[in-house]
Amino acid sequence: MPGLVSETEAFGETTLVVDPARLVDACSHLRDELGFEMLIDVTPTDYLGWTAPGVSGYIGTPQGRNLNRPMTQGLQSLPAPKPKRFSVSYHLLALRSGAPRVRVQIWVDDGEPVPSVIELWPSADWFEREAWDMMGIPIEGHPNLQRLLMDEDWEGHPLRKDYPLGGEPVRFSGGE
Amino acid sequence: MATVQRPPAQRDPIYDGSRIPKPIPTVLEVDPAVRESGDVLTVNFGPNHPSTHGVLRLEIDLSGEIVVGINAKIGYVHTGFEKNMEQKSWWKGITYAPRIDYLAYQANELVFVLAIEKLLGLDIPPKATWMRMLLSELNRIHSHLVWLGTAALELGAISMFWYTFREREALLDLFELVAGYRMHTRYFQTGGLAEDIPRGFYPECRKYVEWLPKAIDDYDALLAKNEIWEERTRNLGLLNRADAVALGQTGPVLRASGVAWDLRRDDPYLFYDRVDFTVPVLPHGDTYDRYRVRIEEMRQAGHIVAQCLNRLERMDGEPWIVDDRKVVLPPREELQTSMESLIHHFKIVTEGYRVPEGEVYVAVESPRGELGCYLVSDGGPRPWRVKFRAPGFAALEATATVVQNTYIADLIAIVGSLDTVMGEVDR
Repeated sequence: MPGLVSETEAFGETTLVVDPARLVDACSHLRDELGFEMLIDVTPTDYLGWTAPGVSGYIGTPQGRNLNRPMTQGLQSLPAPKPKRFSVSYHLLALRSGAPRVRVQIWVDDGEPVPSVIELWPSADWFEREAWDMMGIPIEGHPNLQRLLMDEDWEGHPLRKDYPLGGEPVRFSGGE
Repeated sequence: MATVQRPPAQRDPIYDGSRIPKPIPTVLEVDPAVRESGDVLTVNFGPNHPSTHGVLRLEIDLSGEIVVGINAKIGYVHTGFEKNMEQKSWWKGITYAPRIDYLAYQANELVFVLAIEKLLGLDIPPKATWMRMLLSELNRIHSHLVWLGTAALELGAISMFWYTFREREALLDLFELVAGYRMHTRYFQTGGLAEDIPRGFYPECRKYVEWLPKAIDDYDALLAKNEIWEERTRNLGLLNRADAVALGQTGPVLRASGVAWDLRRDDPYLFYDRVDFTVPVLPHGDTYDRYRVRIEEMRQAGHIVAQCLNRLERMDGEPWIVDDRKVVLPPREELQTSMESLIHHFKIVTEGYRVPEGEVYVAVESPRGELGCYLVSDGGPRPWRVKFRAPGFAALEATATVVQNTYIADLIAIVGSLDTVMGEVDR
């Protein structure tokens, strides 16, 4: 497959990590040769602070359970580091028996452009606009890359980990 | 009786070649020649319009009464569910999931719980799985009833609205009987059900599924051969097979375009491979076929519910939730006697249970199509990332394709036939 970096199986799901520059090649191979004719979903994820202890209630150590910390249940260890800050996952589905699914994943840093797959699947239109709006993934080659859910003049990308919850100013309160 | 004049494109359904607008698939631009004629009027339809089923805004370009350009704008009820769920522990997040969609709440609840269970690797007791299936199917009936009532109401069939809401009311009573809430039940819990199935539910539910086919016959008698209904739905809102697949359509919209695809049959989850049902598929891809598919799905859902009841009635006394104290709250009576149980209870309520690191995508067939949930866990008590793949979101992407060259009066019926709930679209 063009641009394939790694292939992993976890929880019964296949994840194909591909080179962002060759995303369109990889996707057209999957669509035309392997029959994944439906783009189900595009999901960006922000991994800022992923391995920092304490971010998500972490009390473990990279080695796992720390006997000197009585709160640990034995499940905890620091998660495996990720190659870059953002992942973008493309969930593909083939409409044939067994419903094969595959997750195409690319890794990018902040501001690194991601090629659009809108030419392959028109349904990518809003999914990619949402990725830009919510996570600030610049999609290259999208004909109409505007904000989708937030206002046009909104600042910031709300689903980023450094975007505060409840941090926006509240109108019509206090001295109005 | 005078026949209604259709715009030419509607008399000959375009089935060869794609109708998806270029270059932007979700925006229908006005043809420059039509624009030149100076006869184009731009109308803002919504966001507050009773027929948009929420707050959807459509920017429509009209030439006379014919829609020649359309641009759907969403985001008016964006409430940041996904961001909020990242801040809550896994089990508190279950409360959020059903509120994303006020008609198919149990489907949302189910997909979130199934995704957590996939990460945890939990095996669910059969009784809980059968009950989840039963409630999902009742919820499918619920969602289709509201759709049918409002869709008919939009075309002037007011009595349909009262009939479907009568059946819906009986359904809400059933949900209340089980979970204590009429809507947003939060009855599915990681590992099974939140509580045992109450006595008296089975006979009431049985009564309902025996009554339902008669009610559906009544709806059919009112609409299926109704000349006005046919006139306003047949050959309108056309979506052909290839376009439906390219636009990521799922559920009744896809099945009404001639694609035999249903996750319950083709990728069975729960116990759908152990029950008998058929998947209705119709070829024309118009509003009428979408209506027929949903009517038939209601019948099939009632059929599945009856089969679930047959199993459940023989499962009295079986566990309804998995016995894993690291994930599931201990029984209330144990808290008085067992220190261990008290600690577990305290830990789960305050800190939440921990879910192994990983990412999963789980999909179920909601009343609207493929409802997916993508979860990333860092191994902690809170999700790192939650994403709901809403079928209504994809369905609205098809707006520009399905409304081409229709009358503005039909626009309401066509957009309605995509069956979107804005809460799930905007999340």
